[in-house]
Amino acid sequence: MTILVPAVEVDALRHRYGTRVALDGVSFVVPGGQIFGLLGPNGGGKTTLFKIVSTLLAPSEGTVRVFGDDVVRDPAAVRRRLGVVFQHPALDARLTVEENLRHQGHLYGLSGRPLGERIVDVLSRVRLGDRRRDLVGTLSGGLQRRAEVAKALLHRPQLLVLDEPSTGLDPSARREISQDLSELRRQEGTSVILTTHLMEEAAGCDRVAILDRGLLVALDTPVALTAAIGGDVVLVTTRDAKNLAERVGRRFTVKAEVVDGKVRIERDRAHEFITDLVESFPGEIDAVAFGKPTLEDVFVHYTGRRLEEAAQ
Amino acid sequence: MRQALLASYTLWLREVVRFLRQRSRIVGALGSPLVFWFLIGSGLNRSFQGGPAMPLQGGYLEYFYPGTLALILLFTAIFSTISIVEDRQEGFLQGVLVAPVPRAAIVVGKILGSTTLAVIQGALFLLLAPFAHVQIHLADLPALVGVMVLVSFGLSGLGFLVAWWLDSTQGFHAIMNIFLIPLWILSGALFPASGAAGWVRVLMLVNPMTYGVSALRRFFYDQPLASEPPFRLSLAVVVLFAVAMAAAGTVAVRRKRGTP
Repeated sequence: MTILVPAVEVDALRHRYGTRVALDGVSFVVPGGQIFGLLGPNGGGKTTLFKIVSTLLAPSEGTVRVFGDDVVRDPAAVRRRLGVVFQHPALDARLTVEENLRHQGHLYGLSGRPLGERIVDVLSRVRLGDRRRDLVGTLSGGLQRRAEVAKALLHRPQLLVLDEPSTGLDPSARREISQDLSELRRQEGTSVILTTHLMEEAAGCDRVAILDRGLLVALDTPVALTAAIGGDVVLVTTRDAKNLAERVGRRFTVKAEVVDGKVRIERDRAHEFITDLVESFPGEIDAVAFGKPTLEDVFVHYTGRRLEEAAQ
Repeated sequence: MRQALLASYTLWLREVVRFLRQRSRIVGALGSPLVFWFLIGSGLNRSFQGGPAMPLQGGYLEYFYPGTLALILLFTAIFSTISIVEDRQEGFLQGVLVAPVPRAAIVVGKILGSTTLAVIQGALFLLLAPFAHVQIHLADLPALVGVMVLVSFGLSGLGFLVAWWLDSTQGFHAIMNIFLIPLWILSGALFPASGAAGWVRVLMLVNPMTYGVSALRRFFYDQPLASEPPFRLSLAVVVLFAVAMAAAGTVAVRRKRGTP
């Protein structure tokens, strides 16, 4: 396995659909053997990036290389290294799980007994061995997603790319997918890139890139990203958030923003700050909450909006 | 090369398996041309008898038989390429497009799938030949099936080429009807060119389907109809059309990478 060549190199990537800019100059590197998360709201550019990496879309400008191969100039080489899991299922519901995998194997040059053995292998890896003769249409959403993952792993890809792998799944199915990915990385050294708009999913990645409005706004490990905010996050519930935010900002010389109808302040030693705050604005504050920053706070920190807001 | 063949094979196989798992498609594809043949053929049988443009002894039902075979091939070949639209909607297509497979192998696999379905339907119709008092020499059968394959391949290619750009099955039906009806009516399947108006004759001359119908018809009569192009020319046009459609399909698949 080549650790030295990065799994993915994205350089000055831009893409436009007509006049709408989906990616506006994005650059980053994903080293081999990592689980890399692309976090952002819908419409932030994640899916466009996913399509470019998976060779489905040629970018307007810039380059993407997968293990050194350019996705535009040598898509065939890239395709051999990639396993792709789409947000919308790519399985044929009228065929059985095994038939789907057999077709997939043929598309990747596998056939006969080696393919048969490999199918048994990947299905047992995602715990679907006993469902392999069932029509895909009869499987639950979570099982179908696992079958998708099995399908993508069939040819032992070096890089697994997943678009919103946990969308539409219940929490336990989500956890299973995420465990499968960690195990895969540990056992076979497979690199993983996934897009997500779920904080908990991003928190499980080795590194996270935050994409918003076509721009890369932050990139680091989840721990480093949250640590960079520093201290605590205080959320104040009040009747006139905009007005209070302005006055809090002046009074304490801090950055106070209105996010989702609440006043949001990043501040060290929040427990002391809160006492001062409540005393300074008596009768105006309905409730105060504070806590250690999460990736959600990181997103707010860099974009000034909550993820759900940004998606609208 | 092995991988390209394997890919074409697997896409072809999937097409056939899917078809066999949907009984209604089999009934529909065979049933409607059969009804067509019997009703139109019987209705026009008297009117056409003995006319100068209709030199056949067996009347219109006999003239119309190869035309109906062409209609079955046309309908099945083109309408089964709706699977491209379905594959796109159901997501299966994107999985194929990210596989390291030559784009031409994808096109050929899909076209061969539709071709196979068309030829199977056509063969079922051939079994009815004795009831229509149509005689086919058994020795001609392999060549006839060969021509059926070539005609269906070209038509499937045309279907693929159109279906590739569409993303709804309703759109597919609307667009395909624009192609299907004139292609078929102006192919000599329904009436011979010799009795048609001048401008219709010109349209028939440039309609590739005319040559398909003519090539098929050759297996049903001992004497060629005077108004038809020679067999070799018909065959050449059919082959050329098939190759051109497959090539155009491949170009289309390579081109469509800039859309969301």
